[in-house]
Amino acid sequence: MAVVTAPREQTRKRAAGRTPARGRATRVPPLVLAFVLVPLLIEAFWVFWPAIQGFYLAFTQWDGVSAPKFIGLANFREMLGDEIFRTAALDTVVWLVLFGGLSVVLGLGAALLLQQERRGVGFYRAALFLPVVFSLVATALVWQAMYQPDGLINKTLEGVGLGGLTHSWLADQDTALYAVIVPALWRQIGYVMVLYLAGLKGIDPVLYEAAKVDGATRRQQFRHITLPQLSSVNAVVLSVVVIDSLRSFDVVWSLTRGGPYHSSELLSTYMYSTAFQSLRLGYGSALAVVIFVLAFGVIVSYLLRAFREADS
Amino acid sequence: MTATPAQAPPAGRRDRRRIWGTAGFHLGAGLLSALWLLPIALVLVTSTRSFDDVAAHGVGSLPHSFTLDGFRQAWVYGGQQRALINSLLVTVPTVLLSLLLASMAAFALSRYALPLRRTLLLLMLGGNLLPAQILLVPVSRLSEMLGVYDTLYALIGVQVGFGVGFYVFVLYGFMRSIPPEIQQAAVIDGAGPWQIYSRVIMPLARPAMAALSALSFTWIFNDLLWAITVLRTDSRMPITASLIGLQGQYVSMWNVIAAGSVIAALPTVLVFLKFQRHFVAGLNLGAVK
Repeated sequence: MAVVTAPREQTRKRAAGRTPARGRATRVPPLVLAFVLVPLLIEAFWVFWPAIQGFYLAFTQWDGVSAPKFIGLANFREMLGDEIFRTAALDTVVWLVLFGGLSVVLGLGAALLLQQERRGVGFYRAALFLPVVFSLVATALVWQAMYQPDGLINKTLEGVGLGGLTHSWLADQDTALYAVIVPALWRQIGYVMVLYLAGLKGIDPVLYEAAKVDGATRRQQFRHITLPQLSSVNAVVLSVVVIDSLRSFDVVWSLTRGGPYHSSELLSTYMYSTAFQSLRLGYGSALAVVIFVLAFGVIVSYLLRAFREADS
Repeated sequence: MTATPAQAPPAGRRDRRRIWGTAGFHLGAGLLSALWLLPIALVLVTSTRSFDDVAAHGVGSLPHSFTLDGFRQAWVYGGQQRALINSLLVTVPTVLLSLLLASMAAFALSRYALPLRRTLLLLMLGGNLLPAQILLVPVSRLSEMLGVYDTLYALIGVQVGFGVGFYVFVLYGFMRSIPPEIQQAAVIDGAGPWQIYSRVIMPLARPAMAALSALSFTWIFNDLLWAITVLRTDSRMPITASLIGLQGQYVSMWNVIAAGSVIAALPTVLVFLKFQRHFVAGLNLGAVK
């Protein structure tokens, strides 16, 4: 407390000679108000206002030509019997668990492997991070070439005597979803690794020293120091990963468009094709509301953490 | 203290263990990196092969030819040149405009006792966290009503509106850490808010601005969803959407598709290599602790 108040007192004394410093804090210059209001209005125009409309449209039937017709909860009732919706919802859950879970585990693993500053580590980190800067579309096309019947993956399988496993990975209903997750993971792991690297760097090395003196094994150190110390980073990574999973669209759209026979359909791709290809704008908006509801918990917890941080 | 020398292994054994540990580390990390770079190597190699070579030996084989024909095809006939220009026409103004607006808002929120400032900050951040899907239909309608549907202005507008909240939040966190004494000194010297913003705070916020510029450049450049939501005409599409067009136009001409992917990835790779430090810093700035 003393540290905070001392400089203020000083400036007040210094400022007292010219103008009373007290009024300054409460009177906000109009320019400053404009600094906040202009960006806020732009965001309100492109985000908040459309979001409100989006929620309203979820309760309507609309083909985009005539006026939207209010139909209450009928869109949501329709979902219950919609088999494509069920597939898309299930695939979204699979995506959350596999894409989300594996990117956290493998990202942490890569960070642990590459945390120590030593010769060559910069290159390894850059190699793992490089795909993060590619667009998901370019990523998808790179992997599409790998997945071709005469592509590298099948050739390698044949080369090591596993020819029986060759597949047209993207065209098979049983493998399409997983074949789409792999490129997304390839790109996401480097991102998660960077977040964890920063977290690991923030752990006080004294803790490890003390543990070593007490005779703690590597595993005990990881279990009792590393993991608890990473809890705040874990929370960040988890929100990032969940929000990214639910937003995932580009990679699926570029590789399979949700096919074959909707086997790799996510809620996001189903929403897009329903709204913009089948022109069922009301039902598409209702699907978007489902995505929002799934993301809601994570968004709120992220905002609460942000609120605490803005507070401190 | 006295017990340690007796318990420590002899120097020779310790050295050998360290050497093995180092070798194991490089082997593991090296293999992992090789695995990660393999798809990139494949696409680079494929982009320089001839179509006949790819057709005869398959996409996954070693190259039997070298030609830049794939690049010419993608660049000239596949519309990649136009698409790359479109991408830059959208990305550069969007980055500049969003960061200008965001830095002004962050400045006002972090340096002045505005009423409701935390609520405003979180409202703006919350808008950025919304799943874009809820906005797609209304935004495409909105741009039609404004008469900007199918123009790059619509794309710039929505990208600025959707991104600004996040940038405000990150810059707010950064600017708050600038000591108030610096601003007070400027006030005493008679500086108004504009001078404080442009002469005092902005020069100090340069590291955060650099990090966010590198980051937002790649995000906006790599976007697909907003582009296909507010644009329709092929010749106006940015590089991501044009790449999907290329995929449909040159089915199984993998040399052309690979060349297109290289062209599409090159600008962001260059930004990353040039601003690697800022880039990684930017990712961590965004992480709420």
